[in-house]
Amino acid sequence: MNDFWIILVGALVAGSCSVLGCFLIVRKMTLIGDAISHSVLPGIVLAFLITGTRDSVPMLIGAAALGLLAVFLIQLFQSSGVQSDAAIGIVFTSLFATGIVLVSLYTQQIDFDLEHVLYGEIAYTPWNTMTIGGIEAGPKAVWIVGSCFILNLIMIFLFFKQFKLVSFDPALAAAMGIPVLFFHYLLMSLISLTTVASFDSVGSILVVGMLIIPAATAYLLSDRLSRMILVSIGVGVLSSVIGYYSATILDASISGCMVGSAAILFGLAFLFSPGNGLVSLLLKRRKSKESHA
Amino acid sequence: MNQAALKVENLTIAYHKKPVVEDVSFEVPEGNLIGIIGPNGAGKSTLIKGILELIPKISGHITIKGSTYKSMRKSIGYVPQRESVDWDFPTNALDVVMMGRYGHLGWLRRPGKSERQKGMECLEKVGMAEYANRQISQLSGGQQQRIFLARALAQEADIYFMDEPFVGVDAATEKAIIQLLMELKEKGKTVLVVHHDLSTVKEYFDWTMLLNKKVMKIGPTEEVFIPEYLQATYGGRLAILSDTKSGLLLK
Repeated sequence: MNDFWIILVGALVAGSCSVLGCFLIVRKMTLIGDAISHSVLPGIVLAFLITGTRDSVPMLIGAAALGLLAVFLIQLFQSSGVQSDAAIGIVFTSLFATGIVLVSLYTQQIDFDLEHVLYGEIAYTPWNTMTIGGIEAGPKAVWIVGSCFILNLIMIFLFFKQFKLVSFDPALAAAMGIPVLFFHYLLMSLISLTTVASFDSVGSILVVGMLIIPAATAYLLSDRLSRMILVSIGVGVLSSVIGYYSATILDASISGCMVGSAAILFGLAFLFSPGNGLVSLLLKRRKSKESHA
Repeated sequence: MNQAALKVENLTIAYHKKPVVEDVSFEVPEGNLIGIIGPNGAGKSTLIKGILELIPKISGHITIKGSTYKSMRKSIGYVPQRESVDWDFPTNALDVVMMGRYGHLGWLRRPGKSERQKGMECLEKVGMAEYANRQISQLSGGQQQRIFLARALAQEADIYFMDEPFVGVDAATEKAIIQLLMELKEKGKTVLVVHHDLSTVKEYFDWTMLLNKKVMKIGPTEEVFIPEYLQATYGGRLAILSDTKSGLLLK
């Protein structure tokens, strides 16, 4: 049963991240995902310090607030002439550093496991269960990451045309009266929430892998945005299943193996994708050479 | 006379406190094809983006057919510069054209059968129906521009703003596009086109606006497109061969 819960949590994390990752890929802002996932650390610590508990709701709020602050600061710097990748680097490392300083300052008073936040420990999730109305309702992580996944799906489904147009042609979207900035921040809020919800299982560093790698793989395999999202979810879920079993065989870190599997799937797509893969490009080149000869 | 299709009063736009468009006022009557010309950096694209509220303006008031810009949004069509979007985006030609309908769909309605049909009609008008399911990265520059034009047609607007639609397209596409713009004009639509090829101005546009930060001149092409005003707009950067009959111009 524990196997099942761990794989389910992994799959839900991968699924929620992959949906949003697709929009980061097509908007060429994957580093924003990286930035957000690091910037939420001080938010988590502050929520922890203020409430004194490791309760999920204040942490989600604290993290989401810091995630949005990071996005806001990055845009502020970019619009005032700081190079765009430099702005990202400055903001997220500074916020992450703030988080680390906070942890080291207060770690004596309260039990806060930095390593847990950074690397996660999906293997423990089955034991941290939840009871609803006196009934055992399964691991807490399933509920948190599960609701996050559903929220992401609903938002993207409802506003698919807006998210698509804002990503492809923001000028036309704005001319049509679609609130471009609102959808930008909506996407960023969803990413912040997803990042925090995924902490317990894969940690703040590996969540970036789940945000970017399945979506990048899907980008190579699909020529429509809607299909790309579905493929991306599929790749994410598959990586968590493969990752879990390879971790069992290797006796290695589960979350590490999950992201590692995603990376291997990306490598396969990069080599063998029918349209854009390296192998098919080489074959095409050879064919055209032969026909010219 | 009908009320102006577009009326711009005292429009000023600045980047980093440097004015790019300065105190521009003009009126455009309905049913005209208007070329906006001027030297590089004259603020042609900026003017369009300012009117469409894509960039903040310092001052100015825009009225479309006597109403505010916001209330007239659905009757405005926009064709951005082709390079402004990522043509590797995972989508096909028909899907891009259908985006032209999004403004009419409201917040929650999804594009369906009628949008698809409209999209196909518009693709047909630009001669691209057979490419409907083609991934957009596999289209040539001219074909991409036609897709953009088809998308603008799908907007079913009364007044169109087009930013350099003839840049990087082949001669056949240029001809097809201007044909279409003239048809729009015949139907009473107003079309403003940012243009930089002076040799085709007289042939294409019935009105011309000469712009260099300020509106130097606007009016019927035969009155405005004359050496004296052009010289004033372009400064010394223009050599005019006045001995040719058509008044051929060289940069």
